Amino acid sequence: SARTPGPPARRVAPAAAGAAMNCRAEVLEVSVEARQVEEAALAVLHTVLLHRSTGKFHYKKEGTYSIGTVGTHDVDCDFIDFAYVRVSSEELDRALRKAVGEFKDALRGSGSDGVGQISLEFYQKKKSRWPFSDECIPWELWTIKVNVVNLATEQERQICREKVGEKLCEKIINIVEVMNRHEYLPKMPTQSEVDNVFDTSLKDVQPYLYKISYQITDSLGASVTTTMRRLIKDTLAL
Amino acid sequence: MDTDLSSQDRKDLDKFIKFFALKTVQVIVQARLGEKICTRSSSSPTGSDWFNLAIKDIPEVTHEAKKALAGQLPAVGRSMCVEISLKTSEGDSMELEIWCLEMNEKCDKEIKVSYTVYNRLSLLLKSLLAITRVTPAYRLSRKQGHEYVILLIIIFNCIGFQTVRVGTVGTPVGTITLSCAYRINLAFMSTRQFERTPPIMGIIIDHFVDRPYPSSSPMHPCNYRAGEDNGAVYPSVEDSQEVCTTSFSTSPPSQLSSSRLSYQPAALAVGSADVGYPVLFAGGLTAAHPHQLIAPGKEGGVPPLPSQPAHGTQADQERICTPLDGAHYSAVTPSSSEDTETVSNSSEGKCGSPHDLLETVFVRKVGAFVNKPINQVTMANLDIPFAMFAPKNVELEDNDPMVNPPDSPETESPLQGSLHSEGSSGSSTGNTHDDFVMIDFKPAFSKDDILPMDLGTFYREFQNPPQLSSLSIDIGAQSMAEDLDSLPEKLAVHEKNVKEFDAFVETLQ
Repeated sequence: SARTPGPPARRVAPAAAGAAMNCRAEVLEVSVEARQVEEAALAVLHTVLLHRSTGKFHYKKEGTYSIGTVGTHDVDCDFIDFAYVRVSSEELDRALRKAVGEFKDALRGSGSDGVGQISLEFYQKKKSRWPFSDECIPWELWTIKVNVVNLATEQERQICREKVGEKLCEKIINIVEVMNRHEYLPKMPTQSEVDNVFDTSLKDVQPYLYKISYQITDSLGASVTTTMRRLIKDTLAL
Repeated sequence: MDTDLSSQDRKDLDKFIKFFALKTVQVIVQARLGEKICTRSSSSPTGSDWFNLAIKDIPEVTHEAKKALAGQLPAVGRSMCVEISLKTSEGDSMELEIWCLEMNEKCDKEIKVSYTVYNRLSLLLKSLLAITRVTPAYRLSRKQGHEYVILLIIIFNCIGFQTVRVGTVGTPVGTITLSCAYRINLAFMSTRQFERTPPIMGIIIDHFVDRPYPSSSPMHPCNYRAGEDNGAVYPSVEDSQEVCTTSFSTSPPSQLSSSRLSYQPAALAVGSADVGYPVLFAGGLTAAHPHQLIAPGKEGGVPPLPSQPAHGTQADQERICTPLDGAHYSAVTPSSSEDTETVSNSSEGKCGSPHDLLETVFVRKVGAFVNKPINQVTMANLDIPFAMFAPKNVELEDNDPMVNPPDSPETESPLQGSLHSEGSSGSSTGNTHDDFVMIDFKPAFSKDDILPMDLGTFYREFQNPPQLSSLSIDIGAQSMAEDLDSLPEKLAVHEKNVKEFDAFVETLQ
């Protein structure tokens, strides 16, 4: 389409697009049985959030702050031969389980051929002046593409347990590689800006601002986008 | 032109590297003990958790790691390795993993030490936590028991394996690479022959030394006996248990360098450390309690151990002579034993027994199954600086006389303002005695430790020396009176001997 002359129009960045500059995007694919969907997704999401959560900030005078302590918790999967580490925060765990539960239900629902993806996006808020609403600028996007398989025999299921476990090990290694490239991270904010960078609503840990959304591909191949807004209270105008 | 590190940055960096190395060893070892780890997040900074992560410090592990490091730091050309191997009850062993902490020469001169480096080290530790669960050794260690145990060796200055890339050839479908990882350290580790008894919790005492300083004899397996002098003995390392209280500045980057880690060393001598000293731990399960480590009772009693003659003989032959066997563990202050179960440790998770189990596995043994009250010690010896300030921590005896409180950490410096807010060193307790107010003495920069003489104990012991008898008024008056009375007699004696005195004086001329 022809470009109209004049200054480029300003656009509010779409929430789950990940199209803004400097947004790192990583995609992980897994093929799992239906009963493994939740654990696989949780393993990946928790591993990412382990790296993207800090202790609670406590701001002191003169612009200094100290950071609380993040504990960790080992999780054994029931349906996968796999174990992972998550942050010790029941609130965070609940939030992720809720999101993943909805994703799993949507995958199971009618119209789904068992293919979908769940995304974890980290974003920063940028205050805009009235009447514009705040911008959400994503800076990292993790997408887990899930392909649900149906297995007939118990032997196949047992093999699947092990195979999915091995695959998830690879995914964890991939995640760690990305994390340790030390690419862009939002600057540490001042006290007034902290809510634009971090989610400060949890009482024990402080992840970067994030949102989880998912998409299910229905059997016709069209994608039905269900975007979930932040699971935790938010002050977004939208 | 290289911008050299400021001395403060250098000190900070050394500290980070040191504690990073220690925490790395803790994470790896704990991940191979066979139990799930569970530590609690804490929103208020306690100043005790390095890298803002709740990683428990098993004292034996810290001790052995420090011994292996022997006051040195991982640096370019000096790496630290943790070897994980599996040993079956038949005596076969297989190396499973080697975790290497190394440094290469590639420098990043621009990076901010007390901010960026610290945060990235924290991220790296999180990655280590994640990765230690995905290698096959994790599942093996979770299932260790009858048939095999997982052994861990910490080696400093390990030469380990070196890789050489022979070459590569690119093709349309991929790049062919040919490389070789070859072992440099060619000394054997002798395998022990287990008798047909189930593996026991405890330490396998066979190890060899990889001396960084070449001695006249080539490297050889070396079995240590208790009390044996093992060649080059290095002076005791003054080792500080240091606090990490981090305070970051949100000012613009140019001012970031002004925010410093405030850490206060409590001067504690850990004891002599042998350089290049590899140490071996075994974590395992007993036959009597498969899949369940013997947990010490909550009263802090010594866990029962099966008597296994095989290990008895082994223990006789070889023993790691370490100070651990001796003085350190006897240092638990009396009041701490009551508090073993209640010592505040924010990293205590809900997993309950794993904590105890972890400690039990790490019992260091002298001879067969001598078991120090490790659980007491380890709980009392939580590496929590300012533990004196924690609410449930060891309280000094109430009959401590009043002392001048040490400088409270809450001084005007913003850095120290980030210290644990409970760090006030005075809290008035009951007795008021005339002008005096009794306070609990909590010396700054001190904390509970396994050593007998920590700062607090030192103060307590020596803060009230007895009055000099000559200075005490009553006694002084008495003796003065006596002196006066005896003066005439003394004068008479001296006069009698005046000739001798004169003669003596003349000899001096």
